[in-house]
Amino acid sequence: MPRIPQLSGRRVVAGIPILWLLVLFLIPFLIVFRISFSEVRLAIPPYTPLFTWHHGSPSLQLHWSSYAFLFTDSLYVSSYVYSLKVAAVSTLCCLLIGYPMAYAIARAAPASRSVLLMLIVLPFWTSFLLRVYAWIGLLKNNGVINNVLLWLGVIHHPLVLLQTDFAVYIGIVYSYLPFMILPLYANLEKHDGALLEAAADLGARPMRAFLRITLPQSLAGILAGSLLVFIPAVGEYVIPTLLGRPDQLMIGRVLSDEFFENRDWPVASAVAILVLLLLVIPIMWFQRLERRELEAK
Amino acid sequence: MNARTQVETPSVPVAADPNAYVRIANVTKRFGDFAAVEDVSLDIRRGEIFCLLGGSGSGKTTLLRMLAGFESPTSGTIYIDGEDMSAVPPYERPVNMMFQSYALFPHMSVEKNVAFGLEQEGVARGDIKRQVGEILDIVKMGSFGARKPHQLSGGQRQRVALARALVKRPKLLLLDEPLAALDKKLREHTQFELISIQQRLGVTFIVVTHDQEEAMTLGTRLGVMNHGRIAQVGSPSDIYESPANRFVADFIGSVNMFEGQVADGCDDCLRIASTELGCTVRAEPARPGTTGATVWAAIRPEKINITRRPPAGQPAAATAPENLVRGTVREIAYMGDMSIYLVQIDSGKMLRVTLPNVTRGRERPLTRDESVWLSWHGTSPVVLTE
Repeated sequence: MPRIPQLSGRRVVAGIPILWLLVLFLIPFLIVFRISFSEVRLAIPPYTPLFTWHHGSPSLQLHWSSYAFLFTDSLYVSSYVYSLKVAAVSTLCCLLIGYPMAYAIARAAPASRSVLLMLIVLPFWTSFLLRVYAWIGLLKNNGVINNVLLWLGVIHHPLVLLQTDFAVYIGIVYSYLPFMILPLYANLEKHDGALLEAAADLGARPMRAFLRITLPQSLAGILAGSLLVFIPAVGEYVIPTLLGRPDQLMIGRVLSDEFFENRDWPVASAVAILVLLLLVIPIMWFQRLERRELEAK
Repeated sequence: MNARTQVETPSVPVAADPNAYVRIANVTKRFGDFAAVEDVSLDIRRGEIFCLLGGSGSGKTTLLRMLAGFESPTSGTIYIDGEDMSAVPPYERPVNMMFQSYALFPHMSVEKNVAFGLEQEGVARGDIKRQVGEILDIVKMGSFGARKPHQLSGGQRQRVALARALVKRPKLLLLDEPLAALDKKLREHTQFELISIQQRLGVTFIVVTHDQEEAMTLGTRLGVMNHGRIAQVGSPSDIYESPANRFVADFIGSVNMFEGQVADGCDDCLRIASTELGCTVRAEPARPGTTGATVWAAIRPEKINITRRPPAGQPAAATAPENLVRGTVREIAYMGDMSIYLVQIDSGKMLRVTLPNVTRGRERPLTRDESVWLSWHGTSPVVLTE
């Protein structure tokens, strides 16, 4: 008798996310991937088909022109580099600010931990867009910060804060800080206090004990938090558009301009594919490290 | 101005024990309203294994943590080698500790774990390697240097923790429940190894344990703790044979305890009338006792004889039998090396008697519900007043 594959609970539970990823991620990705090898044309859809019928037989037409174009116009390269730089600096700032905060929460009395975590998550209750707009009000020439500094007599001319790299960093660090703190906290909270006592007992001063024991053990948390900040920061669109320099675009803005302003879908798709390639490398690196970490436990 | 200003010398109390290496003077530790350690004074001698024995919450671990410097006393002072430790942080104390959980650094290899302490002292790289190798050989872990803690068994981790604590050659090693995580066989084996390592290196050990067998085997002296206080200090046999109070008698080993009143004394004994027991306890040698005062007689189960007939010289019909009661065997527990008999005496109280199973394969001499006589020698009962 043929075996009927059983629809066990385990299969269903594993199947739903797989189906989800297949339909909502893999298939759209393949569509974008396909479009990136087309050429732009004035039609609906606004790109050439990949397969054409030529004398009764199918022929494949792959166009590399979109990719080639990205490297000929310095706008794209500079946007990529700028995006990576902004994301890297913002991630570092988030780490430097977020680590002490996560550490303090993890070492706080158990009763106050949940309150402190609540405060970290609290900004999410307000719309992200609204919070970024609020920064315009704070940073602009006659905004709150400049007015206070002028009134205090610290400065005599308003500082140019808005539409600078500084404003972008502030916006990204402010918005993404919880994504750094939460995984770091989850990691630090699990640390065994006896290890630090053992280090002190063996003669390590508190700072050395931190560097030799706590820091190496929180590496997984640092990586998780950094990726959670770095990856969305590379493709960030809203913050640089509202707070950033008009003369230097980030790649997210370039992407949207190609789609909506230029209606050049193939180039936009090529930009998207390259962003993805750039991000896949750190993700894979992270997963390898995480696997090694798991093996060590 | 007075030229001869009094120079304040640090007031180290004169050691009662000239060999005292660690001196705990009137140390109290409070957590809020709760006194974890209350007015404890102890002298620990150079080169001994001192076991702090007590149940959970008795304050033994808190006392150990104060010695290591992780907690500071609310009042009182700890001296190590004559030096006041009050202001000395853990990382500067001449003390190392072996943690109950071992607290091995999970991200470091065995060698790195053991080397950690030496690295903090700035020992040269070559010397570190040599000393780590030596100490790992002593604990028989020489071939495991490259492993990570998670790749070791419980017993191996225990050895690494010991090596890590010993590699700095501390004068004083604190061990917090060193054998608690090991299974019984391994524990017994490791006990003797600990003693031999301690003697080889001449380190003073302070061991915290809740396991009385462990304390008896390891310790040259024991300090029994109860509710934050020291209940008794003494050698294992002192503590077992001459407990100072009911808590110690009951905590160490098992004991039969009877309340009674001092009846009268004789030249070489003290008589206690116990209605609970239904006979007079004659305790030798004599000790002062006010007639009528309430005292307790404690008799260890192995010091009671169990016989079918009353022993010779003790007439069964005597009006006031001494150190002799009649009872019925209610339960027999066969433990292999010995058997435990629970005997209900005529007053209704249960007594615990143990007999070694000396002869192999023979039927057990007594059966359930058999009527028996229990007797003991005059030196067996311990008279306790508190």
